Amino acid sequence: MPRLRLDVVLTLLVLAALALAPLLGFGANHYLTLFARIMILAAAAVSLSFLVGGAGLASLGHAAAMGVGAYAVAILDAHRLTDITIVLPVAIAAAALFSLLTGAIAIRTEGVNFIMITLAFGQMAFFTASSLAAYGGDDGYTLYDRTGIFGSRLMENRLFFHYLCLGFLIFCWGICAMLLASRFGRVLRAARENPLRAQAVGFAPYPYRLLAYVIAGTLAGLAGVLFANATEFVAPAYMSWQRSGELIFMVILGGLGRLSGAILGAVLFVLLETWLPSLTTHWKMIFGPLLILAVLFMRGGLIGFLGARRG
Amino acid sequence: MAEALLSVQGLRKHYGGLAVTNDVSLEVLPGEIHALIGPNGAGKTTLIHQITGTVAPDAGRVVFAGADVTRFSLPRRVHAGLARSFQITSIIAGFSVLENVALAAQGKSGSSFRFFRAAAGEEALNEAARNALAEVGLADRAAIIAGALSHGEKRALEIAIALATQPRLLLLDEPLAGAGPEETEKLITLLRRLKSRYAILLVEHDMQAVFALADRISVLAEGRIIASGSTAEIRASAEVRAAYLGEEEVPC
Repeated sequence: MPRLRLDVVLTLLVLAALALAPLLGFGANHYLTLFARIMILAAAAVSLSFLVGGAGLASLGHAAAMGVGAYAVAILDAHRLTDITIVLPVAIAAAALFSLLTGAIAIRTEGVNFIMITLAFGQMAFFTASSLAAYGGDDGYTLYDRTGIFGSRLMENRLFFHYLCLGFLIFCWGICAMLLASRFGRVLRAARENPLRAQAVGFAPYPYRLLAYVIAGTLAGLAGVLFANATEFVAPAYMSWQRSGELIFMVILGGLGRLSGAILGAVLFVLLETWLPSLTTHWKMIFGPLLILAVLFMRGGLIGFLGARRG
Repeated sequence: MAEALLSVQGLRKHYGGLAVTNDVSLEVLPGEIHALIGPNGAGKTTLIHQITGTVAPDAGRVVFAGADVTRFSLPRRVHAGLARSFQITSIIAGFSVLENVALAAQGKSGSSFRFFRAAAGEEALNEAARNALAEVGLADRAAIIAGALSHGEKRALEIAIALATQPRLLLLDEPLAGAGPEETEKLITLLRRLKSRYAILLVEHDMQAVFALADRISVLAEGRIIASGSTAEIRASAEVRAAYLGEEEVPC
């Protein structure tokens, strides 16, 4: 096996920093809110990286699966069902089913068509959410309660929630890495690089890709559950194609070829998105070109950049 | 006569008004090399696609090991024991040489819907892969990235991949294409060695190689089999000469 890679070391450092941050004077609420956003979006980005970089399925509707998880929390909340014993199975089932149904169709297509059809499904989810008048419609829905854990209100403990998000991020990273290394992942990687070759050794890519799509969607749905709890609010914007685009951007910014890239990309993206508005109200004028420059001059993302500098 | 392992019966394929495959029948017996030759544009590639399952014929049947596989997809035919190599090298360039072959072995070794164990650590797959690599003389190249192999080595890797699917019949589509003289010599030796264990349908342009290896030769021209027989018969056939040398050879 190759030596411990720089991107993995860097990612482990980031995770360690996040683990220690509350103990090192970054325990104020506004920091924890920022960290939660970073960790949850990073987890969603990792699941997307598994899909794009691993299986070669560039979904532009990944936020929809995340939104389905978030809306599962909101809709159950409106019916005063807030315990994890109900929320979690429902959210998982909803996100998996949504991914299964949309994926079953989308994966029949390839390349640009796949991107467009996932975008279309994402927008369908977005407009469906906007039309849910009982659950806030366009305006979104404010939760009565965070999700309870077997009757306790642990989720409201900011520190607990911080480590829960961190744990979930590590879980996503670990499970995606494990899947990519497995027999299943080997077939996915082979089919991404050379689908005809995969078929010529006996693997029809479709069922493998569909399962990968469902797994990634389910992980995104779980991220959505956390996101709803972090903001105590759910809105159609969670499902919008802009959010899907941001997730793709985090993946590309970090480096498409490695799962750790998604984590680094998400950290950088959210930090910039948070820091730049403090400089000027026209911060998007800086943010946009910065992202374009990053893509132009950092081939292979942050990881590629670091690797090139080093090598 | 032994029963044919592969039997193609009355295969037809039209593209518009053009009969690309026109009532083609041929058989491959166990343990023989049956070579398919023909000038460019004779329809060899389309015929191969129909035998391997990437193009559906308009009419006719493909029978493999006693089963009608005409409606089988490419992956299903591979599972039935029909392996192919590609005219244009088709490997997974980003995988190591070993992983290319281990992937093929994986297809024959239980379900690939396994999620927890690292595939690279499965010794049974690696062992099967190393055996196939040793067979084609690539044992010492197992660890390198497949994209970094020389052209001739990639041709050999293609064959190792096909072997690792544990086939009964190898369909080799121009295995010598683009190989240098020395590499060609090695590949011919390899094919001769494989012949005892596998039935081979060999599509090849290199006539010297074909005459050196084949037990039987079929000649395809304009979608039809115009001649089929032993190497001596084919060498002597006037029809074959005409097909290869063109219209002007036909007496006025």
